[in-house]
Order: sequence, then C-alpha cells, then structure tokens
Amino acid sequence: MEKNKIRSDHPLDAMLRTDRIPHIWCPGCGIGTAFSACMVAMQASGINLDKTVMVSGIGCSGRGAGYTRLDSYHTTHGRAIPFASGMKLANPELNVVVFSGDGDLFAIGGNHFIHAARRNMDITVICVNNLIYGMTGGQAAATTPCLAKTTTTPLGNPDPPFSLPLLAFASGATYVARWTILHTRDLTKSIEEALNRRGFSFIEVLAPCPTGYGRKNKERSLDTLKIYQERTVIKNGAHPMDAVMDFGNSITLGKFVDHDRPTFSDNYDRTCRPHFA
Amino acid sequence: MKYWRVPLDSNDIAVSRGMVVIVEERCKGCGYCIAFCPRNVLELSPRYNVKGYHPPLVKKPDDCVNCHYCETICPDFAIYSLEIPGD
Repeated sequence: MEKNKIRSDHPLDAMLRTDRIPHIWCPGCGIGTAFSACMVAMQASGINLDKTVMVSGIGCSGRGAGYTRLDSYHTTHGRAIPFASGMKLANPELNVVVFSGDGDLFAIGGNHFIHAARRNMDITVICVNNLIYGMTGGQAAATTPCLAKTTTTPLGNPDPPFSLPLLAFASGATYVARWTILHTRDLTKSIEEALNRRGFSFIEVLAPCPTGYGRKNKERSLDTLKIYQERTVIKNGAHPMDAVMDFGNSITLGKFVDHDRPTFSDNYDRTCRPHFA
Repeated sequence: MKYWRVPLDSNDIAVSRGMVVIVEERCKGCGYCIAFCPRNVLELSPRYNVKGYHPPLVKKPDDCVNCHYCETICPDFAIYSLEIPGD
C-alpha cells in the first residue's frame, strides 16, 4: 500500500514501469546504472520509441526488460539474440535492443551470439558484464577472471576468461565498444551511436556485483568503482586484441571497431530473392 | 573543482546552478553519488529511509553546478538535478 503512494518526477520515469520500482538489483549493483544509461541513450537518440523493442534473457540483467515501459520481451535462458533476430526479420522496421548479462549472452547463449555477429544481424546488443553468475548464487562464469574466488571455485578460478570485444570482433560484429558504469557519459554516447547505425553492434559494460563477486573477493562496490577510476585506460580505435582486462593492472576501454558491411537482410535479399530487393 | 591556474575568462563564464532532488524511498544507500560528485555536494544522511538505508543528504546546495552526474550514476533512479535559471 505504502509503495503506491511513492511519487517522483525523475526524468526517466516516462521510460520506466514505475510501479515495479524499486527494482530487485542489490545495493551497489551496477546493472541499474547501465540500464539507466540505456534509457537515456534511447531517449536522446531520437529513434521512434514506439518501434523499439527491448529483449532480455535470464539473470539479474535479464530483469531489465521488465522495468522499461517499451515493448519488451523476457525470453528463455540464453535465447535473447534468437528472439531478437526473429523479431527484426519479421518486422525490419523495429529497432531491436538486446539487454542482457554475460552469463546469458556468452555462456548458454554463446553460439547464438557468434552466429548473429557472423551474419551481421541488424541489432544492438548491450552486455552487462559483472564477471559472475549473480542470480544463481555467484558461480564461476565464462567471464570470471583467472584466480577470482567464486562459490564454485573457492581456491580461485583456474580458467582464463573470454575477452568479449575480441570474441565479438572475431565473430564479425561491426561495432564493438567496452565501457564501465563509471564512464556513464561515454557509455550513453556509445549506446546512442549503436542505436543509430545498421549492423550488429556490441557494447560491453563492466559492472560490479557486490553480492556474488565482491563478497568472495573482498571488494566492496565502491572499491570496484575506484579500480575503474584508477586503472582504466581509454584507447578508442585500439585493436580488440589489445583490449586487456587485468583488474590488478590496467583495463582498456573505448570504441574498438566501427565499420560497415552488408547486414543479414542485405545479403539474403541479394542472394535468395533478387526480384524483391 | 581545482584549477592549476585560474582561466583567463573565468569572470565571463556563467556557471550553471542546480538543485539536487533526492527520492529517498528509492535509495538503497550505495553511496555512488556521494563518492563521485565532482563538487562534493552530498554526504551520507544519518537518517534511515523506509527500507532501512541511509539516503544522501545535500550538504552544500550552493556548490551544485547541475552536471547531472549523480543522476546518471544512480542505479536506483533515486536522485536527479534541476537547473536553477540564472539571472
């Protein structure tokens, strides 16, 4: 009852399902900031919001679709990109944005990601990378740094993580960027740019997970943000191969790739139905 | 903000002024706005909100320059700033 009385005039309220706010994300979680940057970018980009769809998978970041007032889809685990691809092909007028986490997009949904990038589907993928499976209890993910402690790797993670920008670039994405939630302005600008271009755009957003990752590794969310402040180096145009992510030393941020090539629909129309094109 | 020298045109530049609005019920007390405000306008309030967190408190309202950074970094849509029209 008390909840319904909350009134505010926050500038983003028009974009949010305010009856669901406050959201479920923990205090200090970075997903809220990444989500708010996404909402600001959508508002600022001038795209038709009635023709914009947000698709999320499963996980903490997957809750994003439930908090936006746009048309949004909360899909099955790892399948956000196939749903988004289908939607884009059925109705090419739509702007399709995938907002999901690293576990959903790169572990269970890894194959969908590389093939959508290979085909250059015309969608925007925003991946909140919190280095862990947050919602299921802090297990080691495909992006957990080497030697990091998680509930499934109490002695430290023996495996090296994926480099997401390099993976996206190698698979064929035409726009690749990496930012942190501290770099909100660059992040917002980058999302805006990605929304207004054709082709497969991928933006990785580093975000702290104080509950799943921080507690095990003795890192409060403010400490994580201090690391982002002190150790990140912005190198726009750097080769994704040089985009290092070493939390003890240096983290490379920036827009790494931005080039054009024919999208899936272009190639399909040209090859399979030349009389339609 | 600290300058290593005073800009030559510092007298001619109109600095915008802002007013911080805090939606206390939404705050989860992460402290991002307090730690990263470039003008140190905010501090942690000793009071509790309805969920038991300490929301921020505007310590130096005159120092806010309406940069909106607190608004963009807040994960909980709980703080924003409004421009005070200059004269």
